[in-house]
Amino acid sequence: MLNRSFHLEIRTPEKMIFDGDVTSVTAPGVEGNFQILAGHIPFLTALDVGEIRVNESADTARHLATSGGVFEVLRTGVTVLVETAEWASDIDVSRAESALTRAQEQLTSDAPDLNRPQVEAAFARAQNRIKVAGNSAEISDVSTR
Amino acid sequence: MATLREIRRRIASVKNIEQVTDAMSVVAAARLRRAQENILATRPYADKLKTILGHLISQMDIEEEALTHPLLEEREVQHVCIISVSGDRGLCGSFNSNVIRTTTERIQHYEEDGADVTLICIGRRTQEHFERRGYDITDSYINIFRQLEFQIAVDVVHEFEHLYTDRMIDKVEVIYNNFKSAILQTVLVEQLLPLEPIEPEGDTLFLDYVYEPGQVELFEMLLHKDLNMQMWKVLLDSNAAEQAARRAAMQNATEKARELIDELILQRNRARQTQITTEISEIVSGAAALEG
Repeated sequence: MLNRSFHLEIRTPEKMIFDGDVTSVTAPGVEGNFQILAGHIPFLTALDVGEIRVNESADTARHLATSGGVFEVLRTGVTVLVETAEWASDIDVSRAESALTRAQEQLTSDAPDLNRPQVEAAFARAQNRIKVAGNSAEISDVSTR
Repeated sequence: MATLREIRRRIASVKNIEQVTDAMSVVAAARLRRAQENILATRPYADKLKTILGHLISQMDIEEEALTHPLLEEREVQHVCIISVSGDRGLCGSFNSNVIRTTTERIQHYEEDGADVTLICIGRRTQEHFERRGYDITDSYINIFRQLEFQIAVDVVHEFEHLYTDRMIDKVEVIYNNFKSAILQTVLVEQLLPLEPIEPEGDTLFLDYVYEPGQVELFEMLLHKDLNMQMWKVLLDSNAAEQAARRAAMQNATEKARELIDELILQRNRARQTQITTEISEIVSGAAALEG
């Protein structure tokens, strides 16, 4: 039973990010991270900014940075709808870092027309992307042993 | 009657124009294909979102929960926000002017009813038109169609949703060119806020989920996602419609140029013949004078 797999689809408005069988998926729920294995009961939850980890088999993990969305579990499989999703290997770290500094500068500048929630969200997204890119580097070291 | 040299110059210039318009129609056709692919690529996401929303509503006690949501609340309309979506460039037939005309009509309509209108302009064409005429513009987005990203739709929605929940505006409408097919685009006026109630999906076999957080929070989040999606569709549709309109306009122009070239070539030949005839008769009469 340990390696039973189920169907997972990760969709964004721009394209299908992932469509295949996996043994488990870990996602950042608004009430904390959770992991789904095969045979889970129907479940609907909101996702926060964070990392989705896709395990296609027990010892391979792929990391995805997301800005939040919906996570649906049905008997037939799991569908994740996220507005943005980027595989760790596709993340442009230097771009994320410059977005981070830009957001930081805006937050400290105290400009009168500052849209604080929007800048804070941009800050969280950039931070997340850097973190996910870093995680993936560690994992790929492990998997090459 | 134009001289031979003038006709030749005109032929050269029309040929030039024909080449340019032909190239433009080829480019527009390539962009149109990409734009259509982008529309298709939204399907898996958009369809699933609708299904989940439908499921959720069918499980919810709508009387109690949904109708109290601020985005669904109908208010007396005093302030309207119109999002007018055009292109950044011309040479695409009536694509831009149709949006501008419909927007102007809507503004007049609301002003007659005693409501004031503020605009969000997407695309340089509407922005320039309405700014020059002193309309009230909240914000404009320019040059977004070259590299269309979902984040732009999110930003636009964020902008007007914020104004709506702060009661600065009571209604949000979007005016854009709907991409019906490669040869047909029509201007549509759609209401974005307040949201039109969504029909629950009659799927009796559906088992309820376990929710986290509660139904209401999820419902609110999904409404928001759906609004982002609607805006994204509008942008993609308008983009495809623009390319389709431009391709048609440039094809027309190319055909007209070719007709004109044919006509000018006939004129040129006639002029050349006349010239030759004149020359020959001059020589002949010259020779005849010498002999005489």
